[in-house]
Amino acid sequence: MPSISPKAVADAVAQALSAISGASTGDDLKAVRSAFVADASPIAALNAQLKDIPADEKADAGKLVGSARAEINQAFAAREAEILAGEEHGRLLAESVDVTAVASRRAVGARHPLNLLMEEMSNIFVGMGWEVAEGPELENEWFNFDALNFDEDHPARAMQDTFFVEPAERHLVMRTHTSPVQVRTLLGRELPVYVVAPGRVYRTDELDATHTPVFHQMEGIAIDKGLTMAHLKGTLEHLARAMFGQGAKIRLRPNYFPFTEPSAELDIWHPTFRGGARWIEWGGCGMVNPNVLRAAGIDPDEYQGFAFGMGIERTLMFRNDVADMHDMVEGDIRFSQQFGMVI
Amino acid sequence: MRIPASQLREWVDLPADVTPEHLHDALVAVGFEEETVHGGDLTGPIVVGEVLEFAPEPQANGKTINWCQVRVAKDGPEAVRGIVCGAHNFQVGDKVVVSLPGSILPGPFPIAARTTYGHVSDGMIASAKELGLGDEHAGILRLAELGLDPEVGTDAIALLGLDDFAVEINVTPDRGYAMSIRGVAREYAHSTGVAFRDPAAAVTVAPAKGFKVALKDDAPIRGAQGCTGFVARVVRGLDRSAQSPAWMVKRLALMGIRSISLPVDVSNYVMMELGQPTHTYDLNKLKGGITVRRAAKGEKLTTLDEQVRQLHPEDLLICDESGPIGLAGVMGGASTEIDDASTDVLIEAATFDPITIARTARRHKLPSEASKRFARGVDPLVSAAAAQRVVDLLVELGGATVDPLGNDEVTVTTPAEIDLPANYIVSRIGVDYTATEIETVLSDIGATVTNTKDGWTVVPPSWRPDLIDAPGLSEEVARIHGYDRIPSAIPVAPPGRGLTRSQTARRRVAQVLAGAGLTEVLAYPFVTSADNALFGSPEGTSVPEMTLANALDPLVSQLRVAILPGLLDTAKRNVGRGLTSLALFETGAVFRPAGTTGSDAIPVGNTKPDAKTLDGLYASVPAQPWHVAALFVGSVTAKQPGQAAVAAGLADALDTVRAIATAVGATIDIRQGQHGAFHPGRTAEIIAGGAVVGYAGEILPSVAQARDLPRVVAALELDISALIDSAPDHVEAQPVLVFPAATQDLSLVVDLSVAAADVLAAVIEGAGDLLESATLVDDYRGKGLADTEKSLTFALRFRAADRTLTANEASEAKLAGVARAQQMFNATIRE
Repeated sequence: MPSISPKAVADAVAQALSAISGASTGDDLKAVRSAFVADASPIAALNAQLKDIPADEKADAGKLVGSARAEINQAFAAREAEILAGEEHGRLLAESVDVTAVASRRAVGARHPLNLLMEEMSNIFVGMGWEVAEGPELENEWFNFDALNFDEDHPARAMQDTFFVEPAERHLVMRTHTSPVQVRTLLGRELPVYVVAPGRVYRTDELDATHTPVFHQMEGIAIDKGLTMAHLKGTLEHLARAMFGQGAKIRLRPNYFPFTEPSAELDIWHPTFRGGARWIEWGGCGMVNPNVLRAAGIDPDEYQGFAFGMGIERTLMFRNDVADMHDMVEGDIRFSQQFGMVI
Repeated sequence: MRIPASQLREWVDLPADVTPEHLHDALVAVGFEEETVHGGDLTGPIVVGEVLEFAPEPQANGKTINWCQVRVAKDGPEAVRGIVCGAHNFQVGDKVVVSLPGSILPGPFPIAARTTYGHVSDGMIASAKELGLGDEHAGILRLAELGLDPEVGTDAIALLGLDDFAVEINVTPDRGYAMSIRGVAREYAHSTGVAFRDPAAAVTVAPAKGFKVALKDDAPIRGAQGCTGFVARVVRGLDRSAQSPAWMVKRLALMGIRSISLPVDVSNYVMMELGQPTHTYDLNKLKGGITVRRAAKGEKLTTLDEQVRQLHPEDLLICDESGPIGLAGVMGGASTEIDDASTDVLIEAATFDPITIARTARRHKLPSEASKRFARGVDPLVSAAAAQRVVDLLVELGGATVDPLGNDEVTVTTPAEIDLPANYIVSRIGVDYTATEIETVLSDIGATVTNTKDGWTVVPPSWRPDLIDAPGLSEEVARIHGYDRIPSAIPVAPPGRGLTRSQTARRRVAQVLAGAGLTEVLAYPFVTSADNALFGSPEGTSVPEMTLANALDPLVSQLRVAILPGLLDTAKRNVGRGLTSLALFETGAVFRPAGTTGSDAIPVGNTKPDAKTLDGLYASVPAQPWHVAALFVGSVTAKQPGQAAVAAGLADALDTVRAIATAVGATIDIRQGQHGAFHPGRTAEIIAGGAVVGYAGEILPSVAQARDLPRVVAALELDISALIDSAPDHVEAQPVLVFPAATQDLSLVVDLSVAAADVLAAVIEGAGDLLESATLVDDYRGKGLADTEKSLTFALRFRAADRTLTANEASEAKLAGVARAQQMFNATIRE
């Protein structure tokens, strides 16, 4: 009766493990498999002998050969995984590209910073519960002047450099400020009213570094019971800090507007303005003149409130160091693209 | 308004070392914005010198210079200096002003000892202009001309007030009284608390009578008499060789007024001092008394600038027996003008209706220092003092004698009382002012304050026509106590609703387009009529449009009816700057008048119009829908390693349309369309809510090329207001089906003229609910098909809600779709 010697098994295992560890390519592995793992291998031959050995030895011999095969198979699988991983790594290295030269398929565009700024300022007020009101740019003179306490002969009316629309006696003008939205708001909404009105306005100034005939303003108006000039100041202070940080300060200086009384000029101070910490003229404001409320049918003895307005171009100029108005109006894409989607 | 510090100092106590900053700060605090500073830019040593001798020396350049020896100090080693002087208007013994080395004249023009014309010139003999004393630069300043004979070596800066400066402030239109030293001195006193001395009170008015003045007005404007006061005074025997003194010339120069002659300078000086414009007439040229009246139709007047003025019936005239001799408050006439020989002078200090003067100045385009003051309102009680001040100065400086002839016609109306409830100012300003604080301010500004049961009655001063109500008084109290005293409080608004649906949608469109690679620009909404016609309607015929009456550029005077013309101009500018690949967009209002626009007449302010009038006002304003336009030029993808350039085209315009529709939640149809500004075969009309809301396509090549753009410009313009209106207010979600899908391709042969979208729509309709998705994947023409045919291949995906579909079920559904396409377009399956 044949028998399976432990030495023969150990030899077969040793031969196989040596061959497996010596394989370094997929082809080597293929050869090793057929010589030391597959049917023609010494261990397979030993395994084939199991059926012929005496029954009382069978269990031990089977265990011996089985664990030897398992050892060889494991070693083979481990080596195979190593080699495949190495080959895959080599292929990936071969696929390297210069990531700095990869073609761009989709460009990202840009918003115009004036619009971004108006949205950002509006958001601050929406956060306070205010709403955003709108009105037409081509406006009836009554909303632009008369209802705002500029009568026909008011010196300020002549000073506004108004664009008139033909025929001029039909009383249509390009709005000279966003203030007509105040009147439309007061006429059209329930009290109390807290709104801002950002938008485009027009004056007959020639384009130069600091003027443009078409520009933008942000107007705000609040009409309620018990509002005072202190509320105006607090609101503007909040706006300044929300836009420029806690270091920002505001100050009010007496001024004159037909639609407010008292009226004030608004200055803003910030430590980081270009040219150093300083006061910059920002806008106008005041307590809404009772005649404006009367034009909207509101009793000024019951309600009062405040209004304010500032130029968006001017704000962008000192906020983002834009030196020349031409850049904002010419539509050169390089200007908007500096800002991308944020200002 | 410019305020010389030396002049202000006469009426309020200024700090000894007053600076422009101090004056600006004090005046800003009470509401006068700072503009700039004039003068004060001169430093010594500048001294009085005496010309001891001089030798004319002809030069090669044809000029003759004088080599002068000038004594500039009584004694000492450098008491006599050699100075080169190019002027010839002096003699030995003349006292002159010498700017010594180290001094700086206005410019700045530093003086140093320097070699010129072969001499070392040890300083400079100055002209009046060089010293900031006016425009005289023909020769040097001889102090004898000013009636001065100071000792040699005297400091000329102190002598002539050369270091005086003026601060310029902006006076708001409500504060006419502050267009005078009198008004500004009062405001300085309010700001700093120092005492104010009224210059009007410093004049002792002597009565005069006998000069006939008649004030008439047959056509008052808005109920106001044209002239309510006319003070006249007469002086005789004016010495016409008398010059304006240096101090007056210097102050006028600082105020921006050129010295002309003594009578003119005095009139201007008094206007600046008291705020009352005066006019001087040559008494001997006047014929009889004076009448003030409105112009008759067709009347004419030659003003002193020699212009013949066609008068308007609203113009107010000063007339004598010969007819009109002046445009009241605006400009005098030529016939009674003071000339070099005039010695007898009639002085007018009148009170005119502000509106009359403003309208006349505007009508005749004659803005002047006088008309500006009248238009803002001049204190009616200062006219007599002003006339008297002119008289006094002409007597003092011009040797004139006073004639008792004159007139004191002044109609004074007391300003209306203002009722000021006790808590009004506190509740408007938000500061707890005491009653005393309020009363003090109101008294200080010149008002009469009387206590009432629950507050005060306030009568404003004669120079404050702007104070008509309690809010005006609240501003006086707030500004004089300082706006810095107002605390900060944040008001609590009622809960807001956030942005409106339309506002959110418009923002999202801009964000989506920027995210899709387009750059947002803003163009002026002014275009040519030709552009409005071309882009305003698909037919390219003229459309109703609005025209600016006073456009900056008369060729570009229409309000846009579409955004694309401006966007094309913007593209042209970018391409011209070498930026040849562009993806641009703009959103904004366009102006679409329809029917009658504007109003025949508009109501007054200050009161709510009735409902019908208000509706008329709303309706008078043309529709201004919000549009979005986009444009592509050059490449959308640039040439790069391994990547050919992708040219911009129709696909980019259509993708952008779809992105916009998605951004606002609208469902759109893209149809073959026609538009005069677009390529006849490459244009889509965009339909939403059953109406055309815009166009997308390639711009007509000739239109692109007319703007120096390449032949292919892809573009679109949509009425975003209409698109938003067409969108449902919310999305109704469909369940997501999870049973396996069956996919099949379908190729249909149709006539070339049939639109792919129509075939697809027919297939979808025919296939029914099982068809989950259908997309066009190929459009084949050529071999195997007739010349008039094309083969459209669709990828179809079928799915059922409740089971796995069999291939047969999918095929049946597909064939039902084919049947519908066959029925509608004669489509056949391509085998």
